[in-house]
Amino acid sequence: MATAQTEIKVTPEIAAEHGVTREEYARIQKILGGDPNITELGIFSVMWSEHCSYKSSKVHLKRLPTRGKLVVQGPGENAGVVDIGDGLVAAFKIESHNHPSYVEPFQGATTGVGGILRDIFTMGARPIAVLDSLRFGEIAPSKNTTEEEAARNRRILDGVVRGVGSYGNCFGVPTVGGEVGFEPCYSQNPLVNALALGIARKEEIFLAKAKGIGNPVIYVGAKTGRDGIHGASLLASAEFTEESQQKRPNVQVGDPFMEKLLLEACLEAMKTGAVVAIQDMGAAGLTCSTCEMASRGGTGIEIDLARVPQRETGMTPYEIMLSESQERMLLVAEKGREQEVLAVFKKWGLDATVVGDVTDGGLLVVKDHGKVAAQIPAHPLAEEGPVYNRKIAELAPRKESEKDWFVFAAERTDLTANFKKLLAAPAIASKKWITEQYDSMVRTNTLAGPGASDAAVVRIKETKRALALATDGNGRWCQLNPKVGAMHAVAEAARNVAASGARPIAATNCLNFGSPEKPEVMWQFSQAIDGVGEACVALGTPITGGNVSFYNETLGRSIYPTPVIGILGILEDATKVLKVAFRNDGDVILLLDGAGGEEAGLKPSATAQEFSSSEYSKTIGGIVAGEPPAIDLAAEKRLIDCLVALANAGTVQSAHDLSDGGLAVSLAESCFAAGGLGAEIQIDEKASAEYALFGERGARSIVSAAPTKVAAVLESARQYGVRARAIGKVTKDNALRIEYNGQAAVAAPIPVLKDVWAHSLERNLKIQ
Amino acid sequence: MKFGVVVFPGSNCDHDAFHAIGDVLQKPVEFIWHQSEDLHHSDAIILPGGFSYGDYLRTGAIARFSPVMKSVEKFAAGGGLVLGICNGFQILLEAGLLPGAMMRNAGLRFICKHVHIRVEETNSPFTCAAQQGQILTIPIAHSDGNYTCDEETLKELEKSHQVLFRYTTPGGKDDTAGNPNGSTANIAGICNQQRNVAGLMPHPERAVEQVLDSNDGLVIFRSMIEALVGAAKATA
Repeated sequence: MATAQTEIKVTPEIAAEHGVTREEYARIQKILGGDPNITELGIFSVMWSEHCSYKSSKVHLKRLPTRGKLVVQGPGENAGVVDIGDGLVAAFKIESHNHPSYVEPFQGATTGVGGILRDIFTMGARPIAVLDSLRFGEIAPSKNTTEEEAARNRRILDGVVRGVGSYGNCFGVPTVGGEVGFEPCYSQNPLVNALALGIARKEEIFLAKAKGIGNPVIYVGAKTGRDGIHGASLLASAEFTEESQQKRPNVQVGDPFMEKLLLEACLEAMKTGAVVAIQDMGAAGLTCSTCEMASRGGTGIEIDLARVPQRETGMTPYEIMLSESQERMLLVAEKGREQEVLAVFKKWGLDATVVGDVTDGGLLVVKDHGKVAAQIPAHPLAEEGPVYNRKIAELAPRKESEKDWFVFAAERTDLTANFKKLLAAPAIASKKWITEQYDSMVRTNTLAGPGASDAAVVRIKETKRALALATDGNGRWCQLNPKVGAMHAVAEAARNVAASGARPIAATNCLNFGSPEKPEVMWQFSQAIDGVGEACVALGTPITGGNVSFYNETLGRSIYPTPVIGILGILEDATKVLKVAFRNDGDVILLLDGAGGEEAGLKPSATAQEFSSSEYSKTIGGIVAGEPPAIDLAAEKRLIDCLVALANAGTVQSAHDLSDGGLAVSLAESCFAAGGLGAEIQIDEKASAEYALFGERGARSIVSAAPTKVAAVLESARQYGVRARAIGKVTKDNALRIEYNGQAAVAAPIPVLKDVWAHSLERNLKIQ
Repeated sequence: MKFGVVVFPGSNCDHDAFHAIGDVLQKPVEFIWHQSEDLHHSDAIILPGGFSYGDYLRTGAIARFSPVMKSVEKFAAGGGLVLGICNGFQILLEAGLLPGAMMRNAGLRFICKHVHIRVEETNSPFTCAAQQGQILTIPIAHSDGNYTCDEETLKELEKSHQVLFRYTTPGGKDDTAGNPNGSTANIAGICNQQRNVAGLMPHPERAVEQVLDSNDGLVIFRSMIEALVGAAKATA
């Protein structure tokens, strides 16, 4: 009875409805030696979807550096793995869940978090931290955004935040950091990128290779339902149209409680020694897990769908194979020891059923009550999908001149009012309203939670070490210059890790772009890959995994190209974590600059061009133009090494990098975090005050140090080739005063500034 | 002396409580599986935080029917010390071991942050090592911590000095400004009339080391240890 649908005669038209092109269809015919049946077509269509096959990105991803002496497992497994010493490894990866989060924000976000957590514990690693990199459209009306759109963006934000929180909080993993950005281009295409980190003993890492002919294949976890069919292939692999809201049933539904049980049961089952391989059922569910495990293991797999636990009756093989029901795993056990594995899942109250076994011959055979429903060679299905070297066309250069750029204020202008506006800008304002909805402390390892340090820092209890993680990505800069923008994303994430005191060691990336069928988008993509690759080589942080999300566009309009980079670092001594908060009245504040030179000798027109891409220019001038600041990777590396050395030597009291909003914002945030402290700053430079105070050139950071330690800080900086200069001191009078060339440029009580910064988000969200 | 930390399906602060007692305070501690009716000769039981049974139906509503809860009820009736933290507190309410009930937070959102609570009574095995009126900085992390009870129960709680902790401002004022979830009378934690069963929404096990920004939670576990040592001496 379940085979009714298998009788549908497959034609190239039906294939086209599945997103399978004529060429791809011919390839399928060649692999099978004839026409596929409907189930086989469904299986091919999901495995060869953009989301699962990386068919448009593969040729470019090869250019990323993936090797390093600490890399235990690079891209290609469920997550990247790096050696963190003491016999331990860290598994980490970032993944997108953008499309589902637009269609159904709450469930889209929960299942995004759920999926990345499974990728981590599938490797045998216990998840210890989650970070989220989120992008939304503007939440307040503006010249680009109507009130109706703003209201929708607020609803999306609210749903996503609740979703992220609901999953992580219940699962019991702390959500320790990430970032949130706002640009009009994300209005109908929010970005929800979730990064998870786990740790395991090095020898206990599990891979997804089905080995051992005759070994039983076991299905564990939630039952299979009709939810999420074609979630990956039709939602994530096509752009949005007006009908996209109708795809709500394609979004999966998450159950964090089930996932928590699955985590504990999987880790316990792995400890029995009877588990040979394991893979989660994420995108493309049972299809992906069976053929990938067989392909990697050089084996075949035969399963009978009649044995798959099902949530509803009458499901066809097509539906069962394509379902993306969440919280499911497929594992291969050692023959004869399956009872040990099954007993663990029984203890945790989970379904666990032998659904088939590992075979030789390399075929994926799907039976339904003993009758063959699909039969496909596993390796060609998983690995020999189409690869496209899509057309690339450089965007026409923007015709810009000085009159399109930001015009700096006259000398001696009081910039305090502008500064307050900047502090209230959603990109810069405190994200506490969001992060307080996440449990950031469970597992009691969080040494620096959201906002406390430039990176999130979690200790590893059984060692003296801690791990630091930061995510970054500036879409606006990538829109203006995808290569330089992508390099900045890597540099900023690495700088943030270093500002927490940790040494950056490895990276993961989530590449969010428009349609790969547009040559300009492919150009942006290719440029961004070059940028990420170059920066990762220079900073010694190989890419260990990640994901590509194409088709981020609605009604033909692409998002800004947005590569989001996550960087992992090791802090050898967990007690030496650096935070942003100033600590003591009288401490000296120093500005570190890896580039060494004073404003790098830029001409006024060059500073205006660069400044036009800044948050200040966007917020105060309403101008988004020019170029991102030029990047100097050697300077970034010098600053990173210097910050790590300063943390290790214990000579500084605080550290905070300069990024969105520049020096003034970093100073203010260090005061806000301190509570009751202020700062007095004197800067003398040739550039305009706005450029000096709010410019976003990289490779810079502020640190504070006791007066007795200043000489040591200067000496360290000299050793690393970093320019360091004292620019002021921490005061107890609870005000921020910045003098520029002898004139007051910004002066305001900290409570006044802090109120603007701390509550802007709620005010914009209109939540009392 | 031995502590038992109960593990329900969905408990996720079980390891944190275990770490606080076993590693930080160096006292014997064991996990107790929810299907076990054997409490492993524990001298004190901790029902940890988390999302037992996914908070489905109502927080704590399913966990209270676990086999282990029969034994916990007997243990409590015999005077044994039982501390419920967050979800553990919710389970104790559902089990009827403590009076009252939980509602969603007043803001209808999950809140995770450090709050201030004032020690209202030192005459309990959970607060005997603290100072009367001492302000503790301890994190909360919950959606359903809005403690409520009828007027009569509240009167009874106040009269019998069963309110152990109240939310306050950092300066120690118990007004709404310091109350994160809208709980009745700013209540953060209570005990039963016999004073051997207590529950609180804040997580003392998350505040046991200065590197975690506070070690104010230690005083609660130290009180329990002192009480157990005292009881052992009394029976010796």
